Amino acid sequence: MSNPLKIQVRHLNFFYGEIQALKDINLEIRANHVTALIGPSGCGKTTFLRCLNRLNDIVEGARMEGEILLDGTNICGDNIDPVQVRRKVGMVFQKSNPFPKTIFDNVAYGLRINGNYSRRKIEEMVEKSLRDAALWDEVADRLQDSAMELSGGQQQRLCIARALAVKPEVLLMDEPASALDPIATQKIEELIRELKTKYTIVIVTHNMQQAARVSDYTAFFYLGELIEVDRTEKIFTHPGLKRTEDYITGRFG
Amino acid sequence: MKKKISEQLGFLVLTFSGIFVILILGVILFDVISKGIGVISWEFLTHPPREGMTKGGIFPALLGTFLVSVITVLFAVPLGMFAAIYLHEYARAGKLTRLIRLSIRNLSGVPSIVYGLFGVVIFVQTLNFGTSILSAGLTLGLLTLPWTVTACEEALKTVPKSYREGALALGATKWHSIRTNVLPYAIPGMLTGVILGLARAAGETAPILFTGAAFFLPHLPKSIFDQFMALPYHLYILATQHHAIDQVRPIAYGTALVLLALVFTLSLTAILVRYQYRKKMKG
Repeated sequence: MSNPLKIQVRHLNFFYGEIQALKDINLEIRANHVTALIGPSGCGKTTFLRCLNRLNDIVEGARMEGEILLDGTNICGDNIDPVQVRRKVGMVFQKSNPFPKTIFDNVAYGLRINGNYSRRKIEEMVEKSLRDAALWDEVADRLQDSAMELSGGQQQRLCIARALAVKPEVLLMDEPASALDPIATQKIEELIRELKTKYTIVIVTHNMQQAARVSDYTAFFYLGELIEVDRTEKIFTHPGLKRTEDYITGRFG
Repeated sequence: MKKKISEQLGFLVLTFSGIFVILILGVILFDVISKGIGVISWEFLTHPPREGMTKGGIFPALLGTFLVSVITVLFAVPLGMFAAIYLHEYARAGKLTRLIRLSIRNLSGVPSIVYGLFGVVIFVQTLNFGTSILSAGLTLGLLTLPWTVTACEEALKTVPKSYREGALALGATKWHSIRTNVLPYAIPGMLTGVILGLARAAGETAPILFTGAAFFLPHLPKSIFDQFMALPYHLYILATQHHAIDQVRPIAYGTALVLLALVFTLSLTAILVRYQYRKKMKG
C-alpha cells in the first residue's frame, strides 16, 4: 500500500446552475477499503461520486470548486484531462448499462480504447475480468451472445467486469444492487468484499444493511453536506451525531 | 346513459374519419394503378419516348430522377448527419443553438418553389453549374436538409444516455464514445429519416423546374453538368403541356405509377430498416 489515503477531498463545492448540491465536503478515502456513502435521496451522494471521476463535466451548467487529490494529485484542475482520470477511476452505474454488443465486446470495449493489445492479450484480459467479476462460469460458452440476453444480475456483473478490464485503481459503484433480487445482490456484495483487496471502492447505497455488510467506512450525507464519517461499525453502533442515528434507525429518510 | 351515447358518437366520428382517409388513398391508388398498369412493360421502363412523346418509354426520366437523387444523397446526408451530431452532442444549450434549431425547423416549411428560385441564383448562376443534374441535385439536397438534420437528431436522441456515460467512464474520449457507442445505434434511425426525405425530394417538381430538368432530350446526360429529364417533371408535361393530351394520358398514368412505386419502395425500405433496427436493439 503505497498511499493509505487514496483520495483526499478538500472543500468540495458543487453547483447545478444556481443550486448548490454539495457544500464544503472534506473526506478521505482509504486505499483497499470500501467506503459507503449513505443518506436520503437528493442528498448529493451520487453527485459526489460522479465528481470523483469527473463525470459531472458532461452535465451542462455544472460547476465544481475545491480539490480532489488522487494519490496526491489534484484531479479537478482545468489542466487535467478527465479522460485520464476516468482510466484510473472506474464506475459501475445504478442501472446496469451493458452496450448492445456481444458479451466479449462489452468487456473488451475499454481495452480496445486504452491500448494496443494483441487479440490474444485482449482475450486473456476479458477472461480474467469476467473471472474477477464472478461471471466467467456462467458466460464462458456464450461470449459471442448479445449482452442484452443476460439476466439483470449478470448484466450488472458484466458491467463490473467491463470496469475491471481497464485496470482502474478506484472503483465507484452507484447503488449497484438497487435493481437486483436478493440472490443477485448477495453475489454482488460478495464480489465487493473480494475486490477490495485489489481496488479502492466507493459505493453509494440506500440500503443500510448493505452498507453495514460490505463497507469499512461509512459517510453520511444530508442535504448536500457530509454530516459524519467514521468506521462502519462505529457509525452503526455509536454514531457521533443525533442526525446520523435518526437516519440509520429509520426515524427519517 | 348520456355519457355512453356521447362516447359512442365520438367513436363513430373517429372511425368514419379513419375510413374516409383510407378511402381517399384507395381511390387515388385505384385510379393510378387501373389506368397506368396497361402501359407498364419492360420496354416502357427501358426505352426513351418516341414520336413527340406519344409513344415509347420513360427511361431518360427514370435515369434522370435516379442521378439527381444520388447527388441529393451525397450532398444532404453527410452534411445533415454532421450538423445533427454537432447540434445534439456538442452544441451547448443556449440562444445560438436554439436559433439554429428554430431556423432548421422553419426551413422545412419553406415552399419548394422558393428552393427552386434559390437554386437558380446560387447553383446555376453564382456557382456557374448551369442548368444541370448537379444544380438540381444540390437544390433538392437543400430541400431535404431540414428533414435530414431533424431525423438524425431524433435518432441520436433515442440512444440512451447510459451508453455515452458508460463509454466515457471507461476512459473513452467524447468522439470515440460517439463513434463507437452512439452512432452505430443511431444510424438505422438516421437512414429511415433520410430515405423518407429522399422519397419526398424524388417526387418534387418545382425545385428542378428551373435548375436542370428538361422538357425533352434526344439523348441521355453524359455528365453531371448536363440537363436531364425527371419523372415528376415528365408527368407534369404529359398532363398539362402536351399538344395531344388525350393521346399521352395513358403514358402520364404509367409515369405516375412508376413514380408512386418508386416512392413506396423507398418508404418500405425505411420501414424495413427501422424494423431490423428495433429487433437488434432489443437484443
